Amino acid sequence: MPAAVSVRNLQIETTSGVPVVMDVSFQIAPGEVLGVVGESGSGKTTVGLALLGHARRGLRIAGGEVLVGDQDILMLDVEHLRRLRGSTVSYVPQDPASSLNPALRIGIQLREVLQAHAGGRGRDHDERIAETMREVALSDDPTYLRRYPHELSGGQQQRVGLAMAFANRPRLIVLDEPTTGLDVTTQATVLSTVRELAAAHNVAALYVSHDLAVVAALARRVAVMYAGRVVEFGFAEELFESSAHPYTQRLVGAIPRLTGGRSLLGIPGHAPSPGRRPPGCAFAPRCTMHIPECDAQIPPLSPVGPEHSARCIRAVEVMPQTQARAGDPVDVAPAAGSAVLTLENVVARYGKVEVLHSINLQLEHHECLAVVGESGSGKTTTARSIAGLHRDWTGSIRLGDKELETSARSRSTESRRQIQYIFQNPYGSLNPRKTVGETVGQPLAVFGIAKGREADHRVGLMLEQVSLSAAYARRYPDQLSGGERQRVAIARALISSPSILVCDEVTSALDVSVQAAIVELLGQLQRDLGLSMVFVTHNLPLVRSIAQKVVVLSEGSIVEYGETAQVLADPQQPYTQQLIAHTPSLETATAEARVGEQRRPVIER
Amino acid sequence: MSQTGQALAEGVGTPTPPVRSSTLVTRAFRLWRTRIGALFVLILVVVAIVGPYVAPHTASEFVAIPNSPPGGDAGVLGTDYLGQDVLSRFLYGGRGILVMAAVSTAIGLVLGVAIGLVAAYTRNALDDVLMRAMDVIMAFPQIMLALVAVSLVGAQTWVIIVAIAVTTAPRVARVARGAAQPVVERDFVAATESMGLSRVRILTGELLPNILGPMMVEASLRLTYSIGVIAALAFLGLSPDPNGANWGTMIQQNQIALATQPWGALTPIIAIALLTMGTGLFGDGIARTAAGIDRERGDE
Amino acid sequence: MTWLRQGGIGAFIIRRLLLGVLVLVLVSILVFAATQALGDPARAILGRDATPASLAALRAELDLDQSVLGQYLSWAGGLLNGDLGNSLAAQQPVTELLGSRLVNSSVLVLCAAVISIPLSIAIGSWAALRREKAFDTVSSSAMLALAALPEFVVAVLLVMLFATTVLQVLPAISPISPGQRPWDVPEGLVLPTATLVLAVAPYVARIMRASMVEVLESDYVEMARLKGLPERTVLIRHALPNAIGPVFQVIAINLAYLAGGVVVIEYVFNYSGIGSALQDAVVNHDIPVVQALAMLIAGVYVLLNLLADVATILVTPRLRTRL
Repeated sequence: MPAAVSVRNLQIETTSGVPVVMDVSFQIAPGEVLGVVGESGSGKTTVGLALLGHARRGLRIAGGEVLVGDQDILMLDVEHLRRLRGSTVSYVPQDPASSLNPALRIGIQLREVLQAHAGGRGRDHDERIAETMREVALSDDPTYLRRYPHELSGGQQQRVGLAMAFANRPRLIVLDEPTTGLDVTTQATVLSTVRELAAAHNVAALYVSHDLAVVAALARRVAVMYAGRVVEFGFAEELFESSAHPYTQRLVGAIPRLTGGRSLLGIPGHAPSPGRRPPGCAFAPRCTMHIPECDAQIPPLSPVGPEHSARCIRAVEVMPQTQARAGDPVDVAPAAGSAVLTLENVVARYGKVEVLHSINLQLEHHECLAVVGESGSGKTTTARSIAGLHRDWTGSIRLGDKELETSARSRSTESRRQIQYIFQNPYGSLNPRKTVGETVGQPLAVFGIAKGREADHRVGLMLEQVSLSAAYARRYPDQLSGGERQRVAIARALISSPSILVCDEVTSALDVSVQAAIVELLGQLQRDLGLSMVFVTHNLPLVRSIAQKVVVLSEGSIVEYGETAQVLADPQQPYTQQLIAHTPSLETATAEARVGEQRRPVIER
Repeated sequence: MSQTGQALAEGVGTPTPPVRSSTLVTRAFRLWRTRIGALFVLILVVVAIVGPYVAPHTASEFVAIPNSPPGGDAGVLGTDYLGQDVLSRFLYGGRGILVMAAVSTAIGLVLGVAIGLVAAYTRNALDDVLMRAMDVIMAFPQIMLALVAVSLVGAQTWVIIVAIAVTTAPRVARVARGAAQPVVERDFVAATESMGLSRVRILTGELLPNILGPMMVEASLRLTYSIGVIAALAFLGLSPDPNGANWGTMIQQNQIALATQPWGALTPIIAIALLTMGTGLFGDGIARTAAGIDRERGDE
Repeated sequence: MTWLRQGGIGAFIIRRLLLGVLVLVLVSILVFAATQALGDPARAILGRDATPASLAALRAELDLDQSVLGQYLSWAGGLLNGDLGNSLAAQQPVTELLGSRLVNSSVLVLCAAVISIPLSIAIGSWAALRREKAFDTVSSSAMLALAALPEFVVAVLLVMLFATTVLQVLPAISPISPGQRPWDVPEGLVLPTATLVLAVAPYVARIMRASMVEVLESDYVEMARLKGLPERTVLIRHALPNAIGPVFQVIAINLAYLAGGVVVIEYVFNYSGIGSALQDAVVNHDIPVVQALAMLIAGVYVLLNLLADVATILVTPRLRTRL
């Protein structure tokens, strides 16, 4: 059976000639889902768009061929390319909220993709539209089609995106991180829709994602991209169990897992941006197995097994190491047993809406308490109420045995110093007009702890403690990577020696490998400094690597509260069970893939 | 555990180039429009300052027959409707406009930025009250409010300055509020709130530095308009000294003779045009640079 | 009153109308305070060497012997009944004095609006589509330069170019004799209209370009192209409706600005409209006329802003639901 799409030697560069994506080749069979995994800046989205003959502003496709059937779409003129897009090859974008036209009803947006390719006008396609809506499990009711995108939930918006993509029964569909930003439950249903539709209509799919676990749940074969090149290619389970490229191996090591509380290992440094890539292996500067030969030239993508290849000259040495490289089991110190923070009957509101209903929690000395929930669960409101950033709450929050006022401004300086908050997005939490030194030193001045040389000295020490150097004090936030910024935010929180650290989704804006390094750092600091910590996250597996206790929130109420290991291994409440079941993880994914292989007809190549 | 050492390596080859507000003006000067704009303004500022000292005649001296074209006794630019030297009057006529425009714009900017920042930060009834008050003032076009003020009190320098400052402030306040609103929502402001930093320090130390870019653009735009309004008032015959040398007055007085001696009106027209285009180009250069920097940083 | 908080677009318009009325009331207080309560209008009108007798007579005529509140109420009551008082200079009712001038000015502003709005939207959109190509560079620079020029400078330059120094194809001044209508002397409308168009078009064109550039960069326009829609559909159905929203506000502000901008332009062209009436009234200290014109122009501003808000809401479904 011929491949549905065959990409050979794809090259994409900036309009000024800097290579962005190089030497990308792969084939996808009809009905197959190929995964492309990479962190931000790896070029994965650029490759996905190239399959539609599209390059974003500032980029151009410089070479190679994209054969759909026997037609090279890179050779097509504008009009032929237009006819191909949306019919033969379609695209599901990353962010459905911004990709659906806010001024048009979804019915019109769905109808126009049919009209653009099949012609017809008026109500010609009503039948087909209704059918497509049913396929993606949305209502086919005409009044539903008259809704505007903002009247749908994120998951529904993405289903509309899928409906548009599948409407013309394409041969190839490119899915660009379609589940980013969706809750795990919604993600699970969107993923299963994709899986079913691709299989039912024999559509080839390219699934682009930063999330190895999600890709593994969907794709049999996976390409791992780094700095614009495919560095490893193979069956999903092979990549995870015996990676042949050190980058893949470290990436797998950085993924939090639901089972077996391992500490996470981040990858130090960050990927080189286009134009700054080294002449040899792009991963070499961050690689622990780096030898001088690595810098000589870019290693070729060489086979290391059946359907398995890697771009590493030491691949043979890398493969057997995989299990040994995994992190140590988490060593969580037992909590001291005295409550440092108590929430009693906390009810919080936004305007007239009650978003937290009677929350009761206790944070013990030296304890890390994870607060887990989907969007709208009230987890961030809980954290913000503790820090006094959200003011509209009633009930009691006690620091030790002292009642806290509702807003930070009305609390005593001492209690403000004791509770420090780290924000979700390190791009927003640092003042871009202040140097790192000014930002980190600010609490010293505000709390009257130190000033002048003494303050500078403390800032330097603090920066070293978060694994930056004292020289960072003179830099501005825009000179830092996301991981570095979050380290600065941690330094600012810790410099006033607080007793409680409130971390609000501190890793959700970061790449997996950076997330691992930050979680590692936080865990280490918590142990070294004897901190108590409230760790808010939507990422269930991450909890295992850092928290002793976990509280699961749903719609503003506590669903389950207990020891982390116990809650994750043996959840008592249906909500928690469902949450865990829907969380993609490498273990379940690879297991599913094995089962799936037996079910699915083997595709001949 | 060698995490510390490894993480230090993160500093190698940082992804974004160093870009800061302090470099905004420097970077803006890489654009031709900024340079040309600054050059125009510089030339006219020099004319306004040095002009009176190098003028061949005084501003109100009879030189030759009224409305003589350039040449001979009439001087390089000819004479005006009273037989005064156009060149000399041009050299004398800029100072008043420039000083009044600069002072009134500066007052309007300070007032407007203060109001805009307070409104953006409070997000409550005070915000509504302030902005509604601004709406009331903005319901009058600048020139009209200035006209009414002049009609009531007289065309004195301070009246014109106050009228322009008062009408500049609400327009600046709107822009400042708009620029500050997204900044207020950002977490670094919440971070300083959780430390208990005073409101004044948050406004001046956290918010203000982050809206300097748009405020510089607004400043040059407002200066452009202030010059225009002051010149227009003079053109309507409402300047502190109706017979004194003033570019706006000159245009009005010599408009009649456009067909025979265009230089009497054309010289001040060119001066005002260069000045306002200069401030306009400069502002646009800053705006483009700021937008470019935002793009480089990625939407933060 | 809770229905005003929710409700649909009707409630929104009513809410905005009430807000507009509030602004107008505040404006009237400001106008009144500035013109009548501050200082002594009678002395301002008659000058420093007025006799006490003539001052007293004028004060009585202006109702200045009442309390300040009483003066304001009788003045504001008159405004509501369409009684704007008598012009002090012309000794005739302000409504009579301004009636025909209002028509003249409206014709001018209307001509300018009808020409400049479509023109500037077209220029702005085209520049955005041809971004960083020749048309964009040239039009952007021209718009920038024009936007910076004070309108009386533009007016005098146009007079030089077309009426005096260079060509003599159009009249340099456009007076309208009593009993005449502006359209009776169409050639007289050309230069004033052109000046107003040049004063407004740059702003609208620049905001249109910026808005269009942003929309063309948006995910949904990229998506529309990746759906294989014809470029015409992408632009007309997907880009334009989203790009035009922010432009309404700018059009409103500029039309309101025109109402003030006509002051100077009518003076340049000796065109007898409300602008030159205001200029005369200012010179003659004719306070009832100044008050009437201030209220009129402020009213236009409030009304145009209301219309712009409604138009923006109509093209932005998301805002509609949030009401």
